[in-house]
This record gives sequence, structure tokens and C-alpha cells, in this order.
Amino acid sequence: MRGLYAIYRKEMSHYFVSPVAYVVVCIFLVLSGFFFNNYLVEVITYANNMMMESMQMGQASNFDVPTVLLRVFLGTVGIVLLFLTPFLAMGLYSEERKRGTMELLMTSPITDAEIVLGKFLASFTLLVIMLLPTVFYVIYMFAHSDPAPPWRMIGGAYLGVLLLGAMLLSLGSFLSSLTENQIISGVLIFGVSLLLWLLNAFSQSGSGVLAQVLQYAAVLHHYDPFVQGVIDTTGLVFFGSWIFLGIFLTMRSIESMRWRRA
Amino acid sequence: MIEVQDLTKAFGEKTAVDRITFSVNKGEILGFLGPNGAGKTTTMRVLTGYLPATEGTAKIAGFDVFDDSMEVRRRIGYLPENPPLYLDMSVAAYLGFVARIKNVPAEKRAQRVEAAMEMTKISDKRNELIKRLSRGYKQRVGLAQAIVHDPDVIILDEPTVGLDPKQIIEVRHLIKGLAGSHTIILSTHILPEVSMTCDRVIIINNGKIVAVDTPENLTLRLKGGARIRVEAQASEQQLRDALENIPGAQRVQVESLGSGGRTVAVVEAGQGKDLRSQIAAKIVGQGWPLYELRGQNVSLEEIFLQLTTEDPAHKPAEKSEEHS
Repeated sequence: MRGLYAIYRKEMSHYFVSPVAYVVVCIFLVLSGFFFNNYLVEVITYANNMMMESMQMGQASNFDVPTVLLRVFLGTVGIVLLFLTPFLAMGLYSEERKRGTMELLMTSPITDAEIVLGKFLASFTLLVIMLLPTVFYVIYMFAHSDPAPPWRMIGGAYLGVLLLGAMLLSLGSFLSSLTENQIISGVLIFGVSLLLWLLNAFSQSGSGVLAQVLQYAAVLHHYDPFVQGVIDTTGLVFFGSWIFLGIFLTMRSIESMRWRRA
Repeated sequence: MIEVQDLTKAFGEKTAVDRITFSVNKGEILGFLGPNGAGKTTTMRVLTGYLPATEGTAKIAGFDVFDDSMEVRRRIGYLPENPPLYLDMSVAAYLGFVARIKNVPAEKRAQRVEAAMEMTKISDKRNELIKRLSRGYKQRVGLAQAIVHDPDVIILDEPTVGLDPKQIIEVRHLIKGLAGSHTIILSTHILPEVSMTCDRVIIINNGKIVAVDTPENLTLRLKGGARIRVEAQASEQQLRDALENIPGAQRVQVESLGSGGRTVAVVEAGQGKDLRSQIAAKIVGQGWPLYELRGQNVSLEEIFLQLTTEDPAHKPAEKSEEHS
């Protein structure tokens, strides 16, 4: 445990002395701010139109602005994460391998599991820190919207975002452990993220068993229910097993470094 | 303290370390001397548990480096060839991190980091980022990292590389000062370094141990002139008498080969003397058939020539002479 904490602390301090974390978090906030603002304007315009239409028809409008807005917004946050998490994960092992510090870690009295989990938790913490400012939007909505935004949905959506991020980080750390080159590992992680994202589109265009299989593998297919506030077991198992697989593969990869190294 | 038995490490087809056996006593400084690619780094990596051995065993303080890796890792400090530094950390923060992962208890950590910086003379750079340090300072931070947890065994891969002459002397003093309470293995390809710091030297070439001795004896063997091996058809006594009469022959050892009355003699010549032509003349003059005549520690000399690399231009000439 002491080793895990030491690795965790080192990774966190590394994130905050290197510009990577600042750049990634900054870009994320700019993008999410942009989308939130854009969607807000769009949804309100749409709601106004609806209201006017329904008044002409003589019916009450039941368009729920906060729910629709949060659903669209948090869905987009998931996609932004697909593109940004590679940058958080790419250096995790590549850089250690390149600098030779992996040799220090692997000859110290800490287990491979402590190294892997310490690094994973640190990158996950950064993800949480990155997401924290978006909570401000939610608070803002609570202060100003009527009806109040649905709690259940917000909780489910954030759980979904965190699961998606954790999955990308755990797969990313595995891919990062495969190469000494940060650029290569970054591109690998990015490619895999993109593929997992595109699977959804592929599966929708096809039909039959293959489409079903693709759909099951598609990340967004499992992510969307969370955004709608539905915490469904399939999704939990899906993300849980990817996270576990990523961490497991990273540990094996580190172990295999000992046997490969020439 | 360290016992290595028939250790072999192969990378695919290539055997980097080939059945080496040695041991190091507690408090001793052992030097690994050999040209680049001789297998020094590989041996050290096996000892630290970084690489598993293909065959054979290595034990540190009674613990197998593979089966009891954690116990071994607790007891060693290791400076790899390239110091494993986190460039964007400060010196003190880095040593603090290493102390943590090396299981130094929290209450002792600050004091150990302080001591390690003191010993390696980097206290004045404690708050400096490692990436801003010169090569020599980086090397010393690497050294501090290897001793910060006060390990029983210290393994140093080329500890003086990249240092200026003054720093080299300081580091050698430091290493000598650590001996006694610590067992140290260091590798180098600089001959004088070994004679100045080490109690015992292992010369390794192409993955095999070529010689194990104290630096003094090795130097004697090197400077004490060539040994010449003679095989001739004569009795032990005859051969000894004949060879001992040659001026410059300091010691003659003879051994009968048994079959066909042949005898082998090893003649040690004084420094810088080549007695081969005299020996040949003497034996032929006696009318004894001469079967073999050659300089014996050619390989050792060759290695030393490679190691010291003081004058690479001389090497081919001497080599051909030795084989004549």
C-alpha cells in the first residue's frame, strides 16, 4: 500500500509540474463550456418554438429543458473524453521506459500491482479534477431552472462519464506500456478510442448477428443509457470488465518486460 | 553475502552471460571489469531482480533473486548505467520518492535523504530540478538514490561515467567509505579504477569469467611479463634444468604428460622479456623434439588492452607478435 501511495503521489506531482495536464484540462474546459453554451441557446430556442406551437394548438407544453440540455451536454462530454484521455494516458509508461526509470521501479520493493494501480488511480484523479468544473454548470442550472434538473439522471450521467473515462485510461495505460515512444502510444490509444466510438455507427448501418456483436462492443451504446439516467447492469459489467482487462493487461505487460528486455 | 552459481542469461540465440560463478563476502568491494557487451550490465540486472536468469541461481543475503525477489529488492541499492531520474522533480523530492518506494519508514525518511545528499555532495542542489543539473550532478543524484535507504548491498553500473577527474576521486572515496558496512559490486572498464577501489576483481569477457583475483595480483600478472608454455620430449628433470638456466627465466613449473615421455613446462619470464626464441634454441640444441611453444596469458592481455584502450594503435601489432 505504501508503494501504491508513493507512485500515486509521484504521478500526481508529475501531472502538475508538466504542462500536459494543464493543456488537456484547459482544452476540455474550453470545449465543454462552448458546448454547454451552444446547447443551452439551442434548447431554449427549440423550447420557445415548442411553447408557441403548443399555445397555438391550445395544449400545455411538456418540454423539459433541463433534462434535454443535460442529456445532450453530458453525451457530448463523453465524446470529448474519447479524444482527450489518450493525452492523459500516453506518458504513463512510455516515458518511464524511455527514461530508464522503469528499471528503478522494477528493482524496488514494490509490486507490479502497486505500480499499475498507483498510476491508474492518479490518472483517474486527474480525470475527476478535469470534470469538477462541469459540476458548476449543474449547480447553475439548479439555481436558475424550473423544473429543477432531475437528480437521478445527473447522477447516472456522471457515473457513466467516470466509467467511460476509467475504461479509456485503463486501456490507455496498457497501450502506453507497449512502447517507449509517447507519440506512438498516444496514437495507439487515440486509434483504439476512435474505433470503439465508430463501432456504434458501423453497427447501426448493418444488420444481423454481426451488427449485434458490434453494437455490444460499441462504447457509446453502453454509455448512452447512463446519460439518460438509466443505470443498467449490462453497462456496469461492460465498463467494469474493460477497466479490469486494461489493468490486468498492463500488469502482464510490465511482467513481460522483464523477459523481453535485451 | 552474494552467491552466484552457474548463472546463464540468454537473449534468444545470444548468450549474454555464460555459466558464471562467483561470490562476494560481506563488506567487500567487488569490481566487474570487462569491455562493453561483456555481460556486466546483464549480470547486475539479474542480481537486482530486473531480469530473470535463464539458468543457474543467484542469492543475495541468502534470498534467491528470483524466488524471493521482494526480500532481495529490500536489501539492494542499484544505480543502472543510465541513472533512473525523474527530470521534472527536484533533487530532494526525487530522493524522497525513492526513499518511499524503498520502504524507508516515514520518521527516518527526511534524515536518510539528508544523509544521502550529504554523502554524494549534492545538498546545495536540493531544490534544483534534476533536468537543470549537469551530467556529473545527475550521476551523483543517481548514486544518492542507490544509497538513500542504506541497503546492505549496493550495485553500481559504471558509477564514475560522466564525472570529471575531481568528482571521480570523490566518488571513489565515497565508495570506499561505504565498504565494510555495505557489500558493493561495481562495474567499470577503467583498469585503475578497479585497483584503487576494489578488494577483488572479476574480469568478464563474452559472458564468461576470465579471471578472479585481487587487483594487486592481476597487475602483477599483467606487468610481470609473459608466461610461456613449452611442450617437449624430455623428462621433467631435464626440461626443468635446461629452462632454469636461461637468463631471465624466473620460475619454471614442469608437469609430465605421461604418454610418450612428453613434458609441459610453464616458464615465467621477467618483465618485458620475450624468452621464446631462447627457449626454442635451447630445446632444439639439446636435440629434444619441440611440440609446442606459446605465450600463455594472451587472452588476459588482450582483454586488458581492450579495457584500458589507452593506445588502440598498438593492439594489432602486439597481438600478432603474441601469436607468432
